[in-house]
Amino acid sequence: MEIGKSFATATALALVTASGAFAESLTIATVNNGDMIRMQGLSSEFTEATGIELEWVILEENILRQRVTQDIATSGGQFDIMTIGMYEAPIWAERGWLVSLDGLPEDYDVDDILPAMRAGLSFEDSLYAAPFYGESSMVMYRTDLMEAAGLEMPEEPTWDDIAAAAAAMDSDEVNGICMRGRAGWGENMAFITTVANSFGARWFDEDWNAQLDSPEWLEAVTFYNDLIQNYGPPGAANNGFNENLTLFQQGRCGMWLDATVAASFVTNPDDSVVADSVGFALAPNKDGMDKRANWLWAWALAIPAGTQQEDAAMEFINWATSKEYLELVAEREGWANVPPGSRTSLYENPEYAEVPFADMTLRSIEAADPNNPTVDPVPYVGIQFVAIPEWSGIGTAAGQEFSDMVAGRQTPEEALERAQALVTDEMEAAGY
Amino acid sequence: MSTKASRFSARLMLAPAVILLLAWMLVPLTMTLIFSFQRFLPMRGGFQGWVGFENYIRFVNSSAFWPAVQTTIIIVGGVLLITVILGILLAILLDQPIWGQGIVRIMVIAPFFVMPTVTGLVWKNMFMDPNNGLLGYLWRFFGGDPVVWLSDVPVLSIILIVSWQWLPFATLILLTAIQSLDSDQLEAAEMDGAGPLSRFWHIILPHLSRAITIVILIQTIFLLAIFAKIFVTTQGSFGTRTLTYLIYQRVLESQNVGLGSAGGIYAVILANIFALFLMRIVGKNLDR
Amino acid sequence: MARAVTRQRKAINTVVAWTIGLLIFFPILWTFLTSFKTEAQAIADPPVWFFFDWTLENYRVVQERSNYTRFLWNSIYIAGGSTLLGMIIAIPAAWSMAFVPSNQTKNILLWMLSTKMLPAVGVLYPIYLIFIQLGLLDSRFGLTIVIMLINLPIMVWMLYTYFKEIPGEILEAARMDGAGLREEILFVLTPMAIPGIASTVLLNIILAWNEAFWTLNLTASRAAPLTAFIASYSSPEGLFYAKLSAASTMAIAPILILGWFSQKQLVRGLTFGAVK
Repeated sequence: MEIGKSFATATALALVTASGAFAESLTIATVNNGDMIRMQGLSSEFTEATGIELEWVILEENILRQRVTQDIATSGGQFDIMTIGMYEAPIWAERGWLVSLDGLPEDYDVDDILPAMRAGLSFEDSLYAAPFYGESSMVMYRTDLMEAAGLEMPEEPTWDDIAAAAAAMDSDEVNGICMRGRAGWGENMAFITTVANSFGARWFDEDWNAQLDSPEWLEAVTFYNDLIQNYGPPGAANNGFNENLTLFQQGRCGMWLDATVAASFVTNPDDSVVADSVGFALAPNKDGMDKRANWLWAWALAIPAGTQQEDAAMEFINWATSKEYLELVAEREGWANVPPGSRTSLYENPEYAEVPFADMTLRSIEAADPNNPTVDPVPYVGIQFVAIPEWSGIGTAAGQEFSDMVAGRQTPEEALERAQALVTDEMEAAGY
Repeated sequence: MSTKASRFSARLMLAPAVILLLAWMLVPLTMTLIFSFQRFLPMRGGFQGWVGFENYIRFVNSSAFWPAVQTTIIIVGGVLLITVILGILLAILLDQPIWGQGIVRIMVIAPFFVMPTVTGLVWKNMFMDPNNGLLGYLWRFFGGDPVVWLSDVPVLSIILIVSWQWLPFATLILLTAIQSLDSDQLEAAEMDGAGPLSRFWHIILPHLSRAITIVILIQTIFLLAIFAKIFVTTQGSFGTRTLTYLIYQRVLESQNVGLGSAGGIYAVILANIFALFLMRIVGKNLDR
Repeated sequence: MARAVTRQRKAINTVVAWTIGLLIFFPILWTFLTSFKTEAQAIADPPVWFFFDWTLENYRVVQERSNYTRFLWNSIYIAGGSTLLGMIIAIPAAWSMAFVPSNQTKNILLWMLSTKMLPAVGVLYPIYLIFIQLGLLDSRFGLTIVIMLINLPIMVWMLYTYFKEIPGEILEAARMDGAGLREEILFVLTPMAIPGIASTVLLNIILAWNEAFWTLNLTASRAAPLTAFIASYSSPEGLFYAKLSAASTMAIAPILILGWFSQKQLVRGLTFGAVK
């Protein structure tokens, strides 16, 4: 058979070419976010300077997470550098799965990393993942619509201000407010958890008993649900960061509460029709409570223990998260496109201060305290997540209940009751 | 008649396939079975002791288990129903003489070649998205409020997406079956004054029974395992969590390998019950 | 069927069939069209159909970001290799069951199909651990073996039903003429079975090409096929419909073209030889 023959030849050829790895080559797993794709584009400069070849594995966030977690938990050794978040870093470091980054050279200037970011990515005072970019959350709103409604957004709004603004801006063409509704511990639960924090709720008490049956949770979730039902876009239960970003860029959201990194996308005139009329404010709090709904997150580069190429990997991290890399991006793409939220020196740079969202981003990050996330004391670290290995399962399962609520398939009471049951269940299975 | 020697060489020829499949089935299955009796949490260092049947009890008692079984049955059943019924109608239509038959046939079978992930992504984003999807525009064009497919009618949406992919398969098999039907028989029936409906019921449908069985058997095997389309559309939200997806959540999202493995064993048992049932039907066709 | 049909009825049938055909094909056509739009046009309200400035920009961006040819080559290697390897194992097995049946044959056949019912997620951990031990992670060879094993039951089944249709008398006659087992398979059986083998090959290439669980979970960079290529375009930040469409078109075009050229064989293969 002709087909068979050509396959046989093809197979033989492939076996010959597949054998033997050549010069030093790093395999890097990362997320398909804009800043990372830019890094991939610029990485040829790194290869030219060092002779180290790079193999990029760029995957959608959920798939990436599943792949790297599977690989690190089984010591699969597939990757030399992994892109991980603030949630994974301390847990994996504690297990001894990551290489400590204490070996970074002097001129890398570890002390320049924003304190909040450094704290979140360290374990026992050693840095285990270098922040590529960092974020908090804040309010992005349409200045033109606010003006038309005769309202003014305070720099430090309360939830009542937000609700009033959403009601005023909501119309046939524009949704008053866009918020995350899509299930996932890194999607709707990140947002809902910050709302809950700001209403004085917490996930667990100090003995690890789930607290979703508390009145604070009910108040927070009911408020969120009312807001999104009354002034949110159709299909809000399916909207994550990206769907809302698109809506805001199309001018269909009066307000959007989400990550500070979104600021550079919504103010980019190439992609956003509302680029000229976006204002920023701190994440809201409840009147009289001092916790704001700020989260804290970083995408960071880490080296899995057991890699054969520790030195080369360290060299790459030194390049990709350095001050020089920020300057390189600024030179090529302008200051607004520099990966934000990682270094103090960036915010001290007068040129970067010109960027409209720089100040509010820094203030938001500084407002977040992962070691002290809630009003009442908790046994865990992390603001919009709980830094325990079970969280990804718990968060996503609970997230699906709240997503069901936003879709109008159950009430806040029902959602909380079911979430409380399954969290208790899962914690029991994990042996708490 | 076969000699002793040829029987021996026949065994020899069968051996590689049987041995390989046996290994492919037994090795992972045994490991899964072992995991299922352990508390095995990779994120907490792996093996944490033997727990007997605890994982099995926990998996069934979880509030998600029975809804997941139910969802699995509804999705598999729904897709089978749609693809078989529409497949028969489409096959009859394509069997009629028409202009450009080849092109129409190509258009109808095309969805079968599309990767499941692509299918899921295209439908979710470019069609079912209420704000930017094409179906949303269509609804607005006719003055309606766009349907939020994935959260208003989530299970139906999944069934539609999966059916789109598998309808071509059913149509193709049924079409070939119809084409092999003896046209004299139909003409004779027509002469006898049998109407189209009675011809369909008494001649075409019985002739198709074997092809229908095959469609059901093969599709069921693949449908029980659908994962990619749910992963990229609803991620198991809104009651679209099938048994396969529930196991995925236990193993990979909760990183509880023991519990997930127990779920895997349940799935094997359920699938085999289903298989035995199906084999009874198809088994007859093997002995012709 | 060669029955006389009036022109009028043929016209009606044609219109109905074309409408349904276009409706079913539409999502693919729409993806194809979208891949030539800008991101803004891709979500324009009202939608733009044919009259826009067709651009190859999305294809350029995709090509710049990912090494398409390597993904493509891995897909061809894995789909082709697993099918070839599978056929080498499946043909003798199917032959022996079809022509030298024992009272266990039916049970073996049913058991083979039942191995397909193991849920892949349930055995991901075991397989991953085995692959680490054998050093097969991210190797095309390892993936080829897994995909082959997944599809082997289907291959054996298909070939079995084909071989069953070959009349036994022909083999008897060959044996009378003194043909040995080797000659019997090579010169008598194979020519008769070629259509069946061809359709089995085709179906398996399609199934292997579209397999999205193991190909994603057992590869990183070197062995990653087109399913992984798609995973890097699925939901990035910002507008992505046009780029996703371009990537999708690139991922499905090869197999779609192969499928179109061979639809006749495929029809015969899919029916398991059930219908002559």
